[in-house]
Amino acid sequence: MTALLQAPTAVAAPVVNPVAASGVFSVLWVIIALPVFGALVLLVLGGRRTERWAHWFGVGTVAVSFVLSVICFVALLGRDTGDRSISQHLYTWVHAGSFHVEAGLLFDPLSALFLLLITGVGGLIHLYSVGYMEHDDRRPRFFAYLNLFVASMLTLVLANNYLGVFLGWEGVGLASYLLIGFWQHRTTAAVAAKKAFVVNRVGDIGMALGTMMTFAVFGTTSFAGISAVAGKASSTQLTILGLLFLLAACGKSAQVPLQSWLLDAMEGPTPVSALIHAATMVTAGVYLVVRSNFIYDHTVAAQTAVVVVGAVTLLWGAIIGCAKDDIKKALAGSTMSQIGYMMLAAGLGVAGYAFAIFHLLMHGFFKANMFLGAGSVMHAMDDDVDMRHYGALGKAVPVTFLTFAMGYLAIIGFPGFSGFWSKDPIIEAAFGNNVVAGLAALIGAGVTAFYMTRVMLMTFFGKKRWAEGVHPHESPKVMTIPLMVLGALSAVGGVLIAGGWIIDFLTPVVGPISEHELGGVPKIWLSVIIVVVMLAGIAIAWFTVGRADVPRTAPAKVSVFTKAARADLYGDAINEELLMRPGDRFVRGLLTFDDAGVDGFVDGSVAALGGLSGRVRRWQSGFVRSYALSLLGGAVIVVIAMLAVNL
Amino acid sequence: MSATPFVVLSAILFTIGVIGVLTRRNAIVVFMNIELMLNASNLALVTFARVHGNLDGQVAAFFVMVVAAAEVVVGLAIIMTIFRSRRSASVDDASLLKY
Repeated sequence: MTALLQAPTAVAAPVVNPVAASGVFSVLWVIIALPVFGALVLLVLGGRRTERWAHWFGVGTVAVSFVLSVICFVALLGRDTGDRSISQHLYTWVHAGSFHVEAGLLFDPLSALFLLLITGVGGLIHLYSVGYMEHDDRRPRFFAYLNLFVASMLTLVLANNYLGVFLGWEGVGLASYLLIGFWQHRTTAAVAAKKAFVVNRVGDIGMALGTMMTFAVFGTTSFAGISAVAGKASSTQLTILGLLFLLAACGKSAQVPLQSWLLDAMEGPTPVSALIHAATMVTAGVYLVVRSNFIYDHTVAAQTAVVVVGAVTLLWGAIIGCAKDDIKKALAGSTMSQIGYMMLAAGLGVAGYAFAIFHLLMHGFFKANMFLGAGSVMHAMDDDVDMRHYGALGKAVPVTFLTFAMGYLAIIGFPGFSGFWSKDPIIEAAFGNNVVAGLAALIGAGVTAFYMTRVMLMTFFGKKRWAEGVHPHESPKVMTIPLMVLGALSAVGGVLIAGGWIIDFLTPVVGPISEHELGGVPKIWLSVIIVVVMLAGIAIAWFTVGRADVPRTAPAKVSVFTKAARADLYGDAINEELLMRPGDRFVRGLLTFDDAGVDGFVDGSVAALGGLSGRVRRWQSGFVRSYALSLLGGAVIVVIAMLAVNL
Repeated sequence: MSATPFVVLSAILFTIGVIGVLTRRNAIVVFMNIELMLNASNLALVTFARVHGNLDGQVAAFFVMVVAAAEVVVGLAIIMTIFRSRRSASVDDASLLKY
């Protein structure tokens, strides 16, 4: 595979060289502090006292953060291109010997875009949750967790060193655990939360080791410090670092082989799924790879690994999405797939970083839109998630239908919609790099069109297959307004790349794209091919799902491939065979050794000592005369001893 | 005047006392045997005081007497109490304080 890749570009990654925050940028820390404050207040005061205002308070903190983010963003735009990197020093976090870590924030074009996405889309999801969680008596707690989630993610993208990223990284893991298992009275939700946590731990090992290694190799964990000297480290060290961070990214972003938690994570309330999939959590991995561009740019091997992971995942997720009848799981499969596109792009190096981030933003819009739309549909269908029980909902929930359609057109890359502008360059860049990755991305686009059309047809078109007593109704305004905003963004988000704006904007962070890297195939022809593949996907979906009647229960007699896709391509089975079983056996062996060996020795010696004590105890007979005899014996021994010494 | 007879007498008395303590069951008799042992040692102390020509041994003998007197007071009182409660002065009967 390495041989297929082009040699890394001569252009080295830009050095992060921030200026100290002043003026409007000195409020950067408030953007993080507000949701933290919100979470603390709601958690400390508890549900009963905050019941009336908790949700609006939660929405408010994120909304204010969003306003501050916009202000900072505008201020950033007002600066010179080369001057758009601002750091805010907060305090000295760790100072032990030569180990010195500053708690500091880094605000540059990359984190600026993430701030807008997290607080903007996150805020809309908060607003939507006001309606969605209305009948849940633990709503204040839910909002506390949502705020915690947003705060962690903001920490992750604003930190100016790897240790700070790690802090946010773990916070995101914790918040996702709390939210996936929010309905913990359901066993499935509790298990899913635990699974997400455990799988994320595996990735976190990579993050922790990577962070330690940056210190060991570079003597610092700050982006500014590392980017200045990254090229001087040996290529082996950089490759190992790259692979460790890739492992971390795989865990957080649900990439193969750590993808298994994402589908189960659908057990959480739908706004949580939207938050995890669009604004926070899964985007962290892509962020990490793009942020670490000064490492990846020097190591072809790690970049290749990223590309492979991305390409495999984008197909893996898409195939799973094709077979799922659960609307949320179909969308979850598509998230995996879309994140795979981003990883693929990020692995392409300078040629792909900007496109990865662009696609990430667009995906944030349309995936949040579709998840919230799915939540709205579930709301209408009495929390039924099985698409086989839907059908003909287009008229019943018109606003949801129209906004969902925007997201649908965006994700399949329909010309003009946001996904078209963001996915095409990735496929082009992939072809520009090597044919295999390009083909994977191209096929992925077709499969995406297929399964999303399938979701669309099964949910909103065809005949009514509703369960008895279900009367679909449109969701309240508080839920439809976020849908409309996100639907509009899904439709017109592509405007960001008009005139290459977003690429130029990100150039100071990720480096300039040279024309050569845009791909060897004529651009316009490739676009046509992509659209044709997409239309083919839609057509296949139309012929298999749209024309025929959809049975209410999933057919049992299906091909091997469908079975495999329904079982998440046996990801869980593989994990179980390769990791869980041997681990189980190992633990059981240890347990046996502990029981028989260690406990046997300890218990045995204790029993022996106890028996001995029992014997000795018998000497205490209670007969005064026997005591007197032993006294006498002792005295005689003393006398004999004295005599023996003296003589 | 040789000290030997006195020391021998002291040893004999002490041995009688030891044997008495070890063999007799009646607490009063055991007690008397203890007194015998104490006085045997007093005799030895006084003898050696005489041999060495100073008063250290005699002073020690006085101490032993005083302690013995005090001990008799306490000891007899205990024996009386035990006898009252169990109608027996056998030391073997009073063997509850054990493992």
